[in-house]
Amino acid sequence: MRRVCMVFAFTLVLCWPAFVRAESAGQSGGELHFCLRGEPKTFNPLLVEEDASETIRYLTGGVLIRLNRQTQALEPGLAISWKVSDDGRKISFRLRSGLHFSDGTPFTSEDVAYTIKALMDPQLHSPTGDSFRSSDGQVAIQTPSSDTIVATFPAPVAGLERLFDQVAILSAHSPKKEMAVLGPFYVADYAPGSYVLLRRNVNYWKKDKEGKPLPYLDSIRLDIQRNRDIELLRFRRGEIHLINTLDAEYFDRLQKESPAAAHDAGPGLDSEQLWFNQVPAAPLSENKKTWFHSTEFRKAISMAINRSDLSRIVFSGHAQPAFGPVSPANHFWFNSSLPAQKYDSAEALRLLARAGFRLVGETLRDASGNRVEFTVITNSGNKSREQMVTMIQQDLSQIGIKVNLVTLDFPSLIERITRTYDYEACLLGLVNTDLDPNSQMNVWLSSAENHQWNPKQSKPATAWEAELDRLMQAQSSASTDKKRKLDWDKVQQIVADQQPFIYLVNKDAMSAISPAVVGSSPSVLDPHVFWNAEVLRLGPELALGAQK
Amino acid sequence: MNALQKVAASVLLVIFVLMVLATFLLPAPFARQFRDIPNAGPSKAHPLGTDALGRDSLSRLLYGTRVSLLLAPAAALLSTLIAALLGSVAGLLGGWFERIVLAATDLSLALPWLFLLLVVRAMLPLDVPPLVSVLIAFLMMGLLGWQASVRVICAAARGVRDSDFLLLARSTGCAPVRLLWRHVAPNLRPLFYAKFFISIPLFILTEANLSILGLGVMEPMPSWGTLMRGFEDFSALSANPWRLVPLVLLVIVVTCFQLVLPPQEVTQ
Amino acid sequence: MIETRKSTKLFQLGLRRLLLLLCLGLAGALVGATLVRFAPGYGVSERELDPRWRAESVEALRQKQALHQGLPSFYFHFLSALAHGDLGESDSLKRPVRELLRQRLPVTANSVVRGLGVAWLAAALLASFGLAFRGWLFQASTTAFNSLLLSLPSAVVAMLAVHLRTPVFCAIAVVVFPRLYSYIRNLLVRSYGQPHVLAARARGLGSRAILFRHVLPLAAPPLLALLGVSFAVSFGAAIPIEALCDSPGLGQLAWQAALSRDLPLIVNVTLVVSLVMLAANSLADLAGRTFSGSMQ
Repeated sequence: MRRVCMVFAFTLVLCWPAFVRAESAGQSGGELHFCLRGEPKTFNPLLVEEDASETIRYLTGGVLIRLNRQTQALEPGLAISWKVSDDGRKISFRLRSGLHFSDGTPFTSEDVAYTIKALMDPQLHSPTGDSFRSSDGQVAIQTPSSDTIVATFPAPVAGLERLFDQVAILSAHSPKKEMAVLGPFYVADYAPGSYVLLRRNVNYWKKDKEGKPLPYLDSIRLDIQRNRDIELLRFRRGEIHLINTLDAEYFDRLQKESPAAAHDAGPGLDSEQLWFNQVPAAPLSENKKTWFHSTEFRKAISMAINRSDLSRIVFSGHAQPAFGPVSPANHFWFNSSLPAQKYDSAEALRLLARAGFRLVGETLRDASGNRVEFTVITNSGNKSREQMVTMIQQDLSQIGIKVNLVTLDFPSLIERITRTYDYEACLLGLVNTDLDPNSQMNVWLSSAENHQWNPKQSKPATAWEAELDRLMQAQSSASTDKKRKLDWDKVQQIVADQQPFIYLVNKDAMSAISPAVVGSSPSVLDPHVFWNAEVLRLGPELALGAQK
Repeated sequence: MNALQKVAASVLLVIFVLMVLATFLLPAPFARQFRDIPNAGPSKAHPLGTDALGRDSLSRLLYGTRVSLLLAPAAALLSTLIAALLGSVAGLLGGWFERIVLAATDLSLALPWLFLLLVVRAMLPLDVPPLVSVLIAFLMMGLLGWQASVRVICAAARGVRDSDFLLLARSTGCAPVRLLWRHVAPNLRPLFYAKFFISIPLFILTEANLSILGLGVMEPMPSWGTLMRGFEDFSALSANPWRLVPLVLLVIVVTCFQLVLPPQEVTQ
Repeated sequence: MIETRKSTKLFQLGLRRLLLLLCLGLAGALVGATLVRFAPGYGVSERELDPRWRAESVEALRQKQALHQGLPSFYFHFLSALAHGDLGESDSLKRPVRELLRQRLPVTANSVVRGLGVAWLAAALLASFGLAFRGWLFQASTTAFNSLLLSLPSAVVAMLAVHLRTPVFCAIAVVVFPRLYSYIRNLLVRSYGQPHVLAARARGLGSRAILFRHVLPLAAPPLLALLGVSFAVSFGAAIPIEALCDSPGLGQLAWQAALSRDLPLIVNVTLVVSLVMLAANSLADLAGRTFSGSMQ
């Protein structure tokens, strides 16, 4: 009898690996490896300000409502359902029950209450928190049960439900504080200056269609790599599996070698724009101030710039001409009834003639006989922007305008555009992570900081800026998205008529994904590649270059 | 002058002549963008191809020669003069003057001069003419580039101070300036030459880096430094080897300078 | 008795020297602080351009960034903190400077020392070959090779190092070598042209004796000075190379600190760098003087 048992045990031991392997085949997803472009400044999801921390928050944070980056629709996250009141001030959530944080602490509505209160603390000063603060005042929170919560904000918050995609829920009671998370991964190791290691959160609530627990991946390793050339090199060598955002130049380099790895998801939300300094107190000559304040001048410049050449040459076709603040990729909010602006130098000259400018030989002169010449500043180290201004130099020289380019380091540039206003024109890009244009509120309000061409006005300097203010206030308190869209359509119309920002291009959302990564579906919204990190897997196919 | 020196001198002369005649030789205006043919290869119309914006590379190279070949040696000369003067006088005089000069040199090696350059840029008006901006950039380089060689020159000058022929010259009542000019400088000349040769390519490359701060050459004006940017993309370089011509030209020019002005003749 | 007096005198001299070095280093750090404070772009942050911030948050951000305590007060606090060994906290990285320096200094010291070693060895070798082979071909080709290395932008050298997977010190060696070689070659040739060397040659002395007994002693003080200065040159080369190769050293730290106008970090890095350079140069100076003194 003993011998039979021993034989049986022996066989079992021999076959044990087979059992284990079969079980873990579905679960062992390997370690995803990619790079952060800077040092993460914080692990507290409420204080996230820059890209690197944002990446970690996305991968570790559990949110009530998740925006599906592919379908652009809102999906239930930690909240099974939610309801926003008609006045846009109150939102009530029905939460999933029986969930735990990564360290085992139970998840209840108390944690949500704690998070929202911390978010609305006026001392917090974070972009996430500020998005909710449409006005001063306290938020009132009720937790009728452990899985329901009602939050009432002091004033209507536009796009309230969408904003919760950014709010990762903190634990009210866990001794680990912000390191206890509800997302698919948790921070297991951090070597400053070197890497961040995320491991699978076994307490993650989501399961796949077959009921298997997510995420598939065992861990994610994020190396801190500032240099983009080296990042691309490592991708080609197979050391990293993906590059979330790829510039046009690197995309072309990669596409020549491994076309399967280079992905272009189409026009994105990011734009590049040029604007003129319209600050009345700026240290500019009077005639230049007159030019920049003239709507015809700005419209003529916009008309004289060949945007399709910019997209074709500077971005190798990986960009689309842009004419307004909302990208056409933003289907709902884009005002499609606006006529597309044409590239027409002759029409531009006619417009300028109406404003008192005249072409004398090869040079354009204003009404007082001064030669029309101005300097565009942009940040150094960005080849695309330098190339765009160089092309604009040639475009505008055809209507007799001389454009100079000065590239400055970023801090000096920011000082000029936000403090001293000692500049004439500036070319910068706007990174838009949010579909909802309400996040750009501070750009369009004349009293706000980011109203770049003339910030912090005590009262609107022009009639159209006053109208913009009125529209912004209206849309922020409107009750439905449809009503808000009407206001935003009008905003886009005003921008097209007045050209305070001369929009140039919308860049494509490009990324690099190794064939070893299974389940990826690159999207136009950020994060382009790892938005569905919980279903990504490393397949049997060898990573790029690993065969070499 | 031996054969090698003659060859080097004639090469420099040819390049100099090309530079002067550049405006007549340009196949196309250096700033004109032929937007249908960006990144084109060599052809009859564009012997060195076109750059990323479709501008003729040969024209840009010839025009850039003016900026780099005139101003870099001038700035190198300025910094060599400063280093030579400070180093030799400090080495000869010795005592507290030498100690002050050396301490100041050591300190200035460690200071972040980047910020001084930023201040200079901030003080200039935004619409400063490109030529003035370039001149100022090279002037700054000349004024800030002398530190590394002062110690070497000083140590060598100290050796000369204690040498016999100098004692002889001093004992015969030679005036200090004449001493410096006729006796010490020729002896230290090889070191001055070394400093000069090293500075030329260094300044050409630094000028390209200065444009990051807003100084130096601004688009659309080319210079060798800016033409050599973008060499990090090795795959593109190997596909378009004609893009290496500015580097080759720079190496030729620096080599010829070194061969034309050799250190003392060595007899075997 | 005389020995002890001499040794105490030496000790006092050494101590005074050390004190002077320290004062100079601190002076360098404070001048660096002034430069940073008054350069454009101090106290501004890229985050101000984020449209999600409200006006109060931007105001709070600006308050945090700016040095509203004034420069003399900053000097005072810095010096008094330094006396306690506290180097302050980095604004951009939010970590104590001391910890950052402790992590990164060994990396840079390693690359710099190894890079310098390789560069000196290569330069000395090539220079001695140059003495042996006097033909025009050798001269032209070494000059051309030297010029090639001088003309390579550091970005290219760094990328080559990354492509070929060579360690960072190789890139530093490639950048420093041509400068060393130019000086060494010219120094040796200058020494060979000296009258007493010619006289020794005329007397029929062997080439090895000439090299070691006449040429090298004459060239030694400037060579030692070059050795001291080469530390400064290689650290200067290390800054862009480490930044480009993403090597976690002091050079990369200095680069990032400069870009983000991180005052505490820049001041401390300047202090460390000036102390190292002053020390290296003083030692080289001392060695040079002792050498020439002993020759006489």
